[in-house]
Amino acid sequence: MSAQVAATSAQPQLEARAVHLWRGEKHLLKGVSFALFAGQLLQVVGPNGVGKTSLLRCVAGLLPTESGDIVWRGRQLPAERDDFHQQLAYLAHVNGLKTDLTALENLYYGVAVRREVSKDELHETLQLLQISACADLPVRALSAGQKRRVALARIMLTRAALWVLDEPITNLDAAGIALFESRIADHIKNGGMVLTAAHQLLLQGQPGVRTLELH
Amino acid sequence: MSAAAPGLGKILLLVVSRDLRLAVRHWDQVLQPLVFFVIVTTLFPLAISPALDELRKIAPGVLWVAAMLASLLALESLFRPDVEDGTMEQWVLSGQPLSLLLLAKTATHWLLAGLPLVLMAPIVGTALGMPQSVWPVLAATLALGTGSLSVLGAIGAALTVSVRRGSVLLALLVLPLEMPVLIFGARAVDLAMHGEPVAGPLNLLAALLLFFVSLGPIAMAAAMRISVES
Repeated sequence: MSAQVAATSAQPQLEARAVHLWRGEKHLLKGVSFALFAGQLLQVVGPNGVGKTSLLRCVAGLLPTESGDIVWRGRQLPAERDDFHQQLAYLAHVNGLKTDLTALENLYYGVAVRREVSKDELHETLQLLQISACADLPVRALSAGQKRRVALARIMLTRAALWVLDEPITNLDAAGIALFESRIADHIKNGGMVLTAAHQLLLQGQPGVRTLELH
Repeated sequence: MSAAAPGLGKILLLVVSRDLRLAVRHWDQVLQPLVFFVIVTTLFPLAISPALDELRKIAPGVLWVAAMLASLLALESLFRPDVEDGTMEQWVLSGQPLSLLLLAKTATHWLLAGLPLVLMAPIVGTALGMPQSVWPVLAATLALGTGSLSVLGAIGAALTVSVRRGSVLLALLVLPLEMPVLIFGARAVDLAMHGEPVAGPLNLLAALLLFFVSLGPIAMAAAMRISVES
C-alpha cells in the first residue's frame, strides 16, 4: 500500500519514509510516507483502528517504528530528539490537564516548562478561545468541550512550529470548530505546520491543506 | 520561533510548586503515609509487650521498617496520575530533560512522604522507649535514608506505571533493593542507643543517597520512556 502525497515546493520540514509498524499480530502501518512543508496542514484520514493515532505517536516520537524513518528538517529522528520536541506541540486524545488545577494554572504549568510565559499572555489566549470565564475554575468543573479548548490553548501558547493533533475538534461545538479552524489557518499562514488525525476535515479546499488516506 | 527557554533551576521549582499545589488540594491523601507510619509502630507494643525494656531493643528496626513501608505507600500515586491524564506525555515531548522533571517530582515526594516521617519519628521513638539522646541520629538516618528510598521507589514506580494494578509488583521490585538502606539505617540507630560511634553507617547512608540521586534520575527517565512509549 502506498500513501504517497505529492511533494510540492522546496525541502520538506517533516518527512515520513516508508514507516512500518506492528501492533501485536497486526501490521498496522504498511509503508506510510508523507512530506510536510512549511505552511501546510496535513490531515490523516481513514476508518477507526487503521492506525491514525499510531502514526501520529510515531511522528511525535512516542512510539518506536518497526522500520522506516521520520526526518525532521533533514535530520533523522530520534537523533535530534530534544531539538525536535522543542518545535513540537502534541495533543493526544487525553487533554493532559490536571483536574484539580484551574484552567489558568494548567496552562501556566504546561507552557512554563517549555518557555517563559506571562499571565497576560495566558489570559489573552483564553479570551481568544472564548473561555475567559473558566480561567479560575478547576478543570474538573469544566465541560468536555471547554476542557478541549483549554488543551488547544496550550498548543497555541507553546509557539511550536509543528502541531501534531489527534482529533483536535473532539467535543467542540460548531463555534469552537470555526474558532479553531481560524487559529490553524493563522498558524499555517505564518509558516507553521499542522498534522492531524481527523474524521471531519478542516479548512477544506484552502491552499496548503492536504489529506493523507490510510487503508 | 521559540521564546527564551527556562533554566533548569526554574523547571525544578516549577514542577515542585505544581506538585505541592496539587498536594494541598489532596491533603487527605498526603497525610495517609504518616498516619500509616504511626499506626504500624503502635501495633508493636500491642502485639509484643508494653514493657519499655523489650520495646527499646526492637525500636530501631520497627521504626525503620515502618518508614520503609510508609514511603512505599505513597509511591503508587507518584507518577500514575500524570501518566493517566497525559501530563507525562507532554513532559516526555517537552524537549526538556525528562530526568530533571522526574527528579523534581521525586523531591516533592520526599518533602511530602519522607520529611514528615523524619519529623514524626522522634515522637514515635519515644513512645517505644527510645532515649532522647538518640533523636538526632534517628532523624539523621531517616532523613538520609528516606531520600534514598524515594529515589529507588521512583525508579520502580516509573517501571511499573504502565502495569495495571502494579502496586504489588512495585513493592516486590523495590523492597529488595532498599535492604542496604534499611540495614545501615537501623544499625546506626542501634549503635547510637548503645552509645557507640555512628559515623560509619551514617557516612554509608549519605554515600548511598548521593549515588542514588546522581544516577537515579537517568534510570527513572529511561524507565518512564519505556512505560510511555507503548
